[in-house]
Amino acid sequence: MKIHEYQAKEVLRQFGVPTPRGIPCFSVAEAEAAARELGGSVWVVKAQIHAGGRGKGGGVKVAKSQDLVREYANQILGMQLVTHQTGPEGQKVRRLLIEEGAQIVKEYYVGMVVDRGTQRVALMASSEGGMDIEEVAAHTPEKIHKVWIDPVAGLTDAESDEVSRKIGVPEVALAEARACLQGLYRAFVEKDAMLAEINPLVLTGDNHIRALDAKFNFDSNALYRRPEIVEYRDLDEEDPSEVEASKFDLSYISLDGDIGCLVNGAGLAMATMDIIKLYGGAPANFLDVGGGATTEKVTEAFKLMLRNPKLKAILVNIFGGIMRCDVIAEGVVAAAREVHLSVPLVVRLEGTNVDLGKKILAESGLPIISGNDMADAAQKVVAAAKGK
Amino acid sequence: MSILINKDTRVITQGMTGKVGQFHTFHCRAYANGANCFVAGVNPKKAGENFEGVPVYASVKDAKAATGATVSVIYVPPSGAAAAIDEAVEADLDLVICITEGIPVHDMLKTRYRMQGKKTILIGPNCPGLITPDEIKIGIMPGHIHKKGCIGVVSRSGTLTYEAVGQLSALGMGQSSCVGIGGDPINGMKHVDVMRLFNDDPETDAVIMVGEIGGSDEEDCARWIKANMKKPVVGFIAGVTAPEGKRMGHAGAIISGGQGGADDKLAVMEECGIHITRNPAEMGRVMQRVLKG
Repeated sequence: MKIHEYQAKEVLRQFGVPTPRGIPCFSVAEAEAAARELGGSVWVVKAQIHAGGRGKGGGVKVAKSQDLVREYANQILGMQLVTHQTGPEGQKVRRLLIEEGAQIVKEYYVGMVVDRGTQRVALMASSEGGMDIEEVAAHTPEKIHKVWIDPVAGLTDAESDEVSRKIGVPEVALAEARACLQGLYRAFVEKDAMLAEINPLVLTGDNHIRALDAKFNFDSNALYRRPEIVEYRDLDEEDPSEVEASKFDLSYISLDGDIGCLVNGAGLAMATMDIIKLYGGAPANFLDVGGGATTEKVTEAFKLMLRNPKLKAILVNIFGGIMRCDVIAEGVVAAAREVHLSVPLVVRLEGTNVDLGKKILAESGLPIISGNDMADAAQKVVAAAKGK
Repeated sequence: MSILINKDTRVITQGMTGKVGQFHTFHCRAYANGANCFVAGVNPKKAGENFEGVPVYASVKDAKAATGATVSVIYVPPSGAAAAIDEAVEADLDLVICITEGIPVHDMLKTRYRMQGKKTILIGPNCPGLITPDEIKIGIMPGHIHKKGCIGVVSRSGTLTYEAVGQLSALGMGQSSCVGIGGDPINGMKHVDVMRLFNDDPETDAVIMVGEIGGSDEEDCARWIKANMKKPVVGFIAGVTAPEGKRMGHAGAIISGGQGGADDKLAVMEECGIHITRNPAEMGRVMQRVLKG
């Protein structure tokens, strides 16, 4: 689960990481009031959306007067901000962060991830702050320094200072950098994060270290014990179909194509998308109904797929293990009736109680196209989507 | 022969008395020699009771002492599953299979750290388990699709493993053992660990390796195969069509930072001499062609 920059900074401050002072705002009037409250003579007006690359898209502006704060807030609030992470349609800006300006001498990059290979939390740091770290990794990998953190010892003072020196933090600021790195690690562990970034971490004119931008992605499997993080969830930033799916414990992801897929199991669901592409079609979604699908769940899954105006056909691909094919067949028939299905439906059933499942489909009187195996079903649904 | 488990394996079920545990224990006991293999359950609140004749013990240690079991399977809910693994490791079991899906990653990081230097091998979490056909099934896979034979199967996904097995059985090719290693980013055995065992197993002639997007386990395994494997390997990777940055159901199935994409994995696997297919419906037929030479 992702959160906004201002929320990420709230989390970091709780762990002793210094950030610029700032106030989240939902209107131009609030933005003006925030600038007055912060005082000073330079403010930064920052669009709050979950996607990165906001600056390049015109979502971050430096204002040198309160009039400019108002003007920029006016421009940015409500705009469709397009970045390399939003897709061409962009994301509507509904929140702003008004922050005091900082005098930046040097920008660094600091990030943490769960490293699968070493099964440790890895700290990554670079002197190339403010840049896309993937670009740095691709072109100048020697500029990324890594520390694999011992879960018992945590990030030690020595490790922190060593990596800070490597990325060019001056001696006078090492202690503050240590507070940032160790605070980030504690936040990462204690809040169940999967990914965290401070980019840039900056050195100011008076030799202070500040987290100028921050990003977190939390483990959705741990949200049950992090109610304070769940509070941060902003449904406006998520795909409405994916939000709806999560209510029914369905794993759904929207894609660009026109063939809906309903599958049990994540691996088989991906493989089903792949085989549709292989036979010349394009999947409209990833949808894993999981191991315990009921008629209600299958019906909701059909409704989700049918919300997509581009949808031209549906493929149901079930390999029954725990899930019995007769149960899924009853669900498919009930769902097709309830939603008055108007696009061709291809069903491939295999596994537990497959004959009973096929019988239920055949006797339903619905125009369901039966697929004998995965390849046959994929070819049939691709043909059906093309109107053949 | 087979790898990891056979008809003589004795198994403790952690979380046997819950709804999921009861359901799968019933089916595991009904498969092949299962009635003799599943000898104990663990639940500190129900010690002394039994489930369909299987005695329940207060701890894994007690269950091991009373029955001599060396393997456990875990159906404990996510919030307590990592602690259940810890308990099995502390009891010095040889093998622990964790079926539970949805364990917090930080719990698994701590558990894997605690496992360092211990003898216990972990399979999973978030996996279907493993099976040696006609001998024993430990996990949630449908037993009836399997057939005894000499093809090994190793996979990160559940139903996609069934798909591979179903194709093999339909073409008359049985399986020596099938291992689901699970879809989580922090787990126990990797593809390469299972591949080593298949390489050394005299009754495995060839292996199907099924992977998916995310991480680099398949690439690591492919490089090991190139240097060491004496038997043919057929490979498929799910997720060629998956977009970057979107988690495809499994916590581990995500392309991030331009790494973990299916095409890159397939390219490395092909370069390492694995017989790859891009069509998930062709895994069985490719194996058939490879074996016929």
